[in-house]
Amino acid sequence: MGKSATSRTILLLAPLLLFLGLAYVVPFLGVVRWSVTMPEPGLGQYRAVLTDPLVQSVFIRTLRICLIVTAAVLVMAYAIAYVWVRGTSTQRMLAEFCILVPFWISVLTRAFGWLALLSNRGLINTWLQAAGIISEPLALARNEFGVIVGMTHFLIPFAVFPIASAMRAIDERVLLAARGMGASRSRIFWSVFVPLTYGGLIGAALIVFVFALGFFVTPAILGGGRSVMVAELVYLRIFQSPDWGLGAAISVVLVLFIGILLALMRRFIKPAHLVG
Amino acid sequence: MPQRMQLGDAKAAEIKAVSIGKTFGAFRALKDLSLDIGRGEFLTLLGPSGSGKTTFLMILAGFTAPSEGRLMMDGKDITDVPAEDRSYGMVFQGYALFPHLTVEQNIAFPLKVRGRSSADIKRRVGEMVERVGLTGHEKKLPTKLSGGQQQRVALARALAFEPSVLLLDEPFSALDKNLREMMQEEVKRLHQETGTTFVFVTHDQSEALALSSRVAIFNHGELLQVGRPQDVYERPENRFVAEFLGEINLLPLDALRLDGDKAAGQFEDRTIVLSQTRPQIGPKAVAAVRPEHMTIAAIPQNAGHNAIACWIEDATYLGAVTKYHLKTRSGTSIAVSMPTAATAPFAHRSDVWVSWPTEQGFLLPHQNETRA
Repeated sequence: MGKSATSRTILLLAPLLLFLGLAYVVPFLGVVRWSVTMPEPGLGQYRAVLTDPLVQSVFIRTLRICLIVTAAVLVMAYAIAYVWVRGTSTQRMLAEFCILVPFWISVLTRAFGWLALLSNRGLINTWLQAAGIISEPLALARNEFGVIVGMTHFLIPFAVFPIASAMRAIDERVLLAARGMGASRSRIFWSVFVPLTYGGLIGAALIVFVFALGFFVTPAILGGGRSVMVAELVYLRIFQSPDWGLGAAISVVLVLFIGILLALMRRFIKPAHLVG
Repeated sequence: MPQRMQLGDAKAAEIKAVSIGKTFGAFRALKDLSLDIGRGEFLTLLGPSGSGKTTFLMILAGFTAPSEGRLMMDGKDITDVPAEDRSYGMVFQGYALFPHLTVEQNIAFPLKVRGRSSADIKRRVGEMVERVGLTGHEKKLPTKLSGGQQQRVALARALAFEPSVLLLDEPFSALDKNLREMMQEEVKRLHQETGTTFVFVTHDQSEALALSSRVAIFNHGELLQVGRPQDVYERPENRFVAEFLGEINLLPLDALRLDGDKAAGQFEDRTIVLSQTRPQIGPKAVAAVRPEHMTIAAIPQNAGHNAIACWIEDATYLGAVTKYHLKTRSGTSIAVSMPTAATAPFAHRSDVWVSWPTEQGFLLPHQNETRA
């Protein structure tokens, strides 16, 4: 990129950079200050983050949920992307519908929607009880399971785009060549098609994982306070127990962790892989 | 799992296409094509784009099902056998190498599919790598190779499992002229070494003539003529074939008289005599003569030759040959190629005689029936 092109890019990005700087970076520096000054100056709060069993358990739960969600999202997004890219025109339309409609509905509405389906007196439990399949309601919401279902549903479209873009880039003749050599459909899928989409899969995994780490609304509603994730813990520390220093330190650790993941993402995949 | 029909055990197969037709919606891509492909022959399917040659190759490969007709291999009907069970080798336009696999993994792929032992695979891959001259590149990914090298990998991969038929779809279209000629030699050698039946698609007539034991010429979904290169070049059955295979001079004849294996007609004030193999030809016909069969001289050659009076419009020096553009008295364009070494240069715009041996010219129908 030439010098003038670089300065033009910066000029075009300036409004966004200015906004991000004023609305995110400056306040976050305040958060960083809290983490080392409240209640007294020092690194005490970071020591607490690393040793406090409650904080630890929330971090571990967050990682566990994020890993499960990422795996579930990748499998389902792969199937949807496959239908979207390689299906008949009707199948493609249906897939597009499934990808876009959730986008138009707010995260809050969707969380309550899942609650209506999954809670003890929700649709699923009512039906199953009416059908005589179960006598006691299944614990589907207000626990980790509910959180995972809600988050998976929310994140699928974000994984579909990079995966579909990797699938579209596959040369049809390569698949024909494999067929011509006598390879079965399953062998072509597993040893040619899937490996050629690894770039998209890695990109999708990172996006979903990073996004999931900071989830707040979905776990707060579907977890019912019993399955607290890191973002909710920060909220509780700051708004309910006046422990601003610990809340700030947790935030800083989370941002650092996400920063490292994003740096990895930049290293391993091209940005073009992340968009459709 | 049902027992798969295993074909391709024979070293080289013979294929018989019987009245193959293919329509895509309202478009007839292939019309009533019947063609026998002999065991171990090198058949080229030649034609302009959209002529149906690639459609026919895809039907041979099993990637496209014909709308009509049957396909037989070694006496068995294989029309409904899917591509993966035909076990033909195929080289695609653009090579279609597996981009995530190294050179040796690419070549090993069809062998793994066949469940060969790893020792067997290793030996065979080594053999193929050496045969196509890629020693030292085994561990590279296709993107790290030049076009010619990728082409060699594609050939090695297609031939690794000793298919009974090798199909090649315009394999050299992306290569520059020198590399193209080298790869043509290479493919010719591989054909001789393996003895496999090769079916090769190209739109390049010189490539077709240089490589093939027989050439099948397609236009508008029809097979127009099939024969040895010298047959289709020197005795084309219609004007499309004559013109597609190289430059040709066409002289409209009047007062055509047929006399056994000879024909005679009037062109301007000269009588043109031709050998003639088409007794069913209509009353209007043209004499067809290749530019390299004609010579230019200050006087007409007589014994056993035809001669017409022309004047030279232009001469192009092409190294080994010089190409002359001439006009007859009535304004018909004539092209003549002569070895540069054999002729003294003729003066621009001079009056000359163009002559050719009577057995070198042939009759073609006046109307171009294939383009009608």
